[in-house]
Amino acid sequence: MTAERAWAILADVADPEIPVLSVLDLGIVRAVEESADSQRVTVTLTPTYSGCPATEVIEHDVRTALASAYDEVEVKVQLSPAWTTDWLSAAGRDKLLGFGIVPPSGGAQPDGRPSLPILDPGAPAACPQCGSPEVEEIAGFGSTPCKALWRCVRCREPFDYFKAH
Amino acid sequence: MSPTSDAASPAATAPFPSIEVVADGCLIASHRLSEWVSSAPTMEEDVALGNIALDLLGQARGLLSHLGDEDQLAYFRDATEFRNPTICELPNGDFGHTVLRALFVDAWLERVWHVWLADADDVVRGVAEKAVKENAYHRRHSSAWVIRLGDGTDESHRRMLAALDQLWPYVAEIAVEGWAADVATVLVESTLPVPSLPKTEVEWGSRGQHTAYLAELLSESQSLTREFPGAKW
Repeated sequence: MTAERAWAILADVADPEIPVLSVLDLGIVRAVEESADSQRVTVTLTPTYSGCPATEVIEHDVRTALASAYDEVEVKVQLSPAWTTDWLSAAGRDKLLGFGIVPPSGGAQPDGRPSLPILDPGAPAACPQCGSPEVEEIAGFGSTPCKALWRCVRCREPFDYFKAH
Repeated sequence: MSPTSDAASPAATAPFPSIEVVADGCLIASHRLSEWVSSAPTMEEDVALGNIALDLLGQARGLLSHLGDEDQLAYFRDATEFRNPTICELPNGDFGHTVLRALFVDAWLERVWHVWLADADDVVRGVAEKAVKENAYHRRHSSAWVIRLGDGTDESHRRMLAALDQLWPYVAEIAVEGWAADVATVLVESTLPVPSLPKTEVEWGSRGQHTAYLAELLSESQSLTREFPGAKW
């Protein structure tokens, strides 16, 4: 195992908008390479959403965290293949639910043309508060690019749903 | 061209756009949507339109920074140097006008991103891989609203007809191969008429020919950066 030190540091770099998730839980760290003398590290990140304001903050936070342990830190951005919610770790999904955000269900959309006019963004299996499966969408867009707003028909509580993407 | 060959020619489809046209189209469409923030009909729509504007801005940035210095391109070009389709720059009308325009632009971008999924250029392909999924959400939103308002009350139907009337001449620039059929599906479900494509030969925006609305939009979007070049915040 190489670059263990870097991976350990990255496990503590949080998503600025959903702080229960680390960048590793998000699945945006595509590669970590350490130089032979362990003084330099290169991290490759894939952004979650095109316009997500957290992206630049994450790059900054990754750089800052690694600078404490390495002389030289390089952060590369790789667009392709595009990030998908399938890359969220299992631990990340559990953390999301504990935080009151229902993790994406169903697969990400297929690579081909989505069926239109309506595509399937998945649906939360159950209310994160009371567990009722009776839930309905309030709005397809929420407080951050990754979320939609839903509510529970039984307990009436609104909640965030992390959209399948 | 003889009247016979003219009659036999298929409805005009718009040429497939260049990277410049799409980059500027996303940027200008984003700006118009952002004008709704804090004044949309409901709080959920405020959030939705803001989110969509942000996605479009991100897509524009991905392409603009591939073409050059994104800030230079966004803030220091004049209207005649922009290549966006003119439909993107038209002022926001009522909410119905906004969601109908959004549907037209989303359907255009959908065709573009799908073609670019196989582009040889890594950056273009990378932007498209991300954008194709974001755009599907936008398209879902605009389609749902067009259907709800078109097939809604007499008042909402009347307003959607008016919006269709105002916007349709401008689709000549964005009606790429397949666009008309995609849009017709939604219009039919909305109980709105499906006009035939405008037959005029156009190249307006891609040649830098714009309505006066673009200069007005830029005077707002560029003013801060031009007044304080190099400002950081």
